[in-house]
Amino acid sequence: MSIQTIPVYADERATGTTGATKRRDESRSGWGLTAPFLIFYVLFLVGPTVYGIVMSFFNSSLEHSGLGGFAGPDNYTQALTSSDFWQSMWHTVLFTLMTTPPLVAIALLLAIFTDRLARGRWFFRLIFFAPYVVPSAAMALIWTWLYTPQIGLWDSWLSAVGISNPPNWLADPSWAMASVALATVWWTLGFNFVLYLAGLQEIPRNLYEAAAVDGASRWHQMRRITIPLLNRTTALVLVLQIIASLKIFDQIFLMTSGGPNYSTRPLLEYVYDIGFTDFRTGYAAAASMLYFLLILAVSLVWFFVSRHQQKGA
Amino acid sequence: MSTEGHAVSRRTVLRGAGLLGLGGLLSGCGSAFASGVAGIGPPKNTLSYWNLFGGGDGAHMVAMQQVYQKQHPNEVLDAVTLAWGNPYYTKLSLATLGSRPPDVGISHLSRASILADAGLLEPLNETELAPYGLIGRNFTPAAWQKAHMNGTLYAVPLDTHPFVLYYNTDICKKAGLLNADGSLKSLDSPEALTAALVAAKKVTGAYGAVASINNDAATQWRFFSTLYYQLGGSVLADNGQKIVLDDAKAEKVLSLIRDLAVKQGLMPTSVDYPGAITTFATGKAGFFFEGEWEVATFQTTKTPFNMTAFPNLYGGRYAVQADSHSFVLPKDPARTDARRALIFGFIRSMLNQSSTWAQGGHIPAWLPYQDSAAYGKLKPESNYKWAADYARYDDPGWYSGSGSDFENIMGFAIGAVSAGQMSPAAAISDMRSKLAQYANTTPPV
Repeated sequence: MSIQTIPVYADERATGTTGATKRRDESRSGWGLTAPFLIFYVLFLVGPTVYGIVMSFFNSSLEHSGLGGFAGPDNYTQALTSSDFWQSMWHTVLFTLMTTPPLVAIALLLAIFTDRLARGRWFFRLIFFAPYVVPSAAMALIWTWLYTPQIGLWDSWLSAVGISNPPNWLADPSWAMASVALATVWWTLGFNFVLYLAGLQEIPRNLYEAAAVDGASRWHQMRRITIPLLNRTTALVLVLQIIASLKIFDQIFLMTSGGPNYSTRPLLEYVYDIGFTDFRTGYAAAASMLYFLLILAVSLVWFFVSRHQQKGA
Repeated sequence: MSTEGHAVSRRTVLRGAGLLGLGGLLSGCGSAFASGVAGIGPPKNTLSYWNLFGGGDGAHMVAMQQVYQKQHPNEVLDAVTLAWGNPYYTKLSLATLGSRPPDVGISHLSRASILADAGLLEPLNETELAPYGLIGRNFTPAAWQKAHMNGTLYAVPLDTHPFVLYYNTDICKKAGLLNADGSLKSLDSPEALTAALVAAKKVTGAYGAVASINNDAATQWRFFSTLYYQLGGSVLADNGQKIVLDDAKAEKVLSLIRDLAVKQGLMPTSVDYPGAITTFATGKAGFFFEGEWEVATFQTTKTPFNMTAFPNLYGGRYAVQADSHSFVLPKDPARTDARRALIFGFIRSMLNQSSTWAQGGHIPAWLPYQDSAAYGKLKPESNYKWAADYARYDDPGWYSGSGSDFENIMGFAIGAVSAGQMSPAAAISDMRSKLAQYANTTPPV
């Protein structure tokens, strides 16, 4: 683990101010420096969230100003009993289940591989991270072209190896989600890869040397030294990945528009369709509040896991 | 990581970049970026026009726009094409709600009523339109009537696009389905249609007819509803709040569809939109059920084909599913009379070019051209022009219209019957349960 040094305020005695006054001054300047961000935060995050909670109890509509008629818990009841809502929730969870394991495992493997390189490490860092900086619209365009039936690159490669009747990757309900998941793994692998690479470089080299002296094989070293010492990084990567996957919208909206037959529509697109296309902002607010509770639950799990880890460290 | 050895310090670089950025911002005040960020708005003589025309339609519309631009060199026509369906209408609505609407936009007439109900369209004053010739008797009556909501005019119709029947003339000749003059024999009953498809299948060796199913709720809905409307049925009433689906009539039509596709194998049970076009273009099917906009596609592929109105199968009053494209003015309180004059001039110019538009297959709503000899000579487009008077639009409702949730719900259920995945009874109960969720919701408009 990293060693922290606690800075000592040497100037306290030098300037002659007492601890209490110094701390009050620092506190005031702290508030002052964070004030611009806090104002933004309250105006654009906290405020709309509170408004959204209030709106979810009314039949608000996008094209009427004001809150609309009071609906009580009706919006929540409708959401909880709507098959579209639960199917969208399932699509989001399915996407998370499909992308999180590869994005954690493959990123770890690539990071271990890159870390072992003596030379040319910068090159592999570049090519594994480069897809991450591509914007979602560009990535969706590239992969839609790859997946185009018959004339796309995928299908022409497959026919070159003899598979002449591939499924319609983005238009077949059984394949659409997997196709988007594959594109997402390619796109966001770089971020986890970089986190793992940083975590790997914190592991002291003498541990490996000591293990080699004791006769441990490379595989043994990886299993007993590398992976356990990466536990905190893995926990971080895992929770970041799960939360990011739960927020999926861009790729599915751009590549399949939630289709075919709504079979890939994630929850955020359901909220968008209801709130912006159908104008029903009150109901959309209720659906997104329920969704917020789900993400909150996942975050709380990580919070308690990491607190447990900190206590144990 | 020290900067001591560097000639130029980080502070200098940041200062320089900041000044450059400020200078660029000030000099680019007229640019789109600056006007968007500062909210100034586009320069005075720009006309912004949004449409949803892609493909062959898009090419024709671009040609018409270029003619307008050439005729009006002092104006700048800023035309934007957006994705068809819900994405287009969502953007149009949000832009209007956010006070950044285009000057003029295209809207399906079945959607214009929802936009008007939501207060997003500017009502059109017929006396203001008269000097430009945009008066009732110059437009197809059915379209002109549909363009009115509660007696107020909200849209200027451009065309009507009904569901039609494409037939391969070579195949039909070999199957003995053509009259002496080369036109298709009248198919005026389900039995006649079935017999024709059987004969065509014998010639092609593959299919009698094709209609796209996969990922295409719209085509399936149009196919079903044309026949359902011919039986006199409706689906929604009371502005979408009541479902008046006639189970018996729906079952009759769905059974015919299942019979043709699944039981007798006369139509493919799994084909998407491009696949259906290829099937007809390469002569693997004798008939193609679709809207009339694919005429240019088959002319390009040099398929020997002709078109006619979709047959009237049940001997009642003719009806055919159709919609109309129209020009609408999204609500903008800051719109001046001068700008309105510009917009009406643009609309009239587009209507004057109806001949270009008609080559894309649509029936022009502009009667001076529709009734002309020139249009009568335009074949095969003018074969079905009388269908415009029998156009049956989607039942009004806040979730209805072209590309809407209503069409998706109905179309996917009908598609499941065409694909052999659902029985007609199951499809009907699926339609009812999904529509009920919408019908029982308080309308947001």
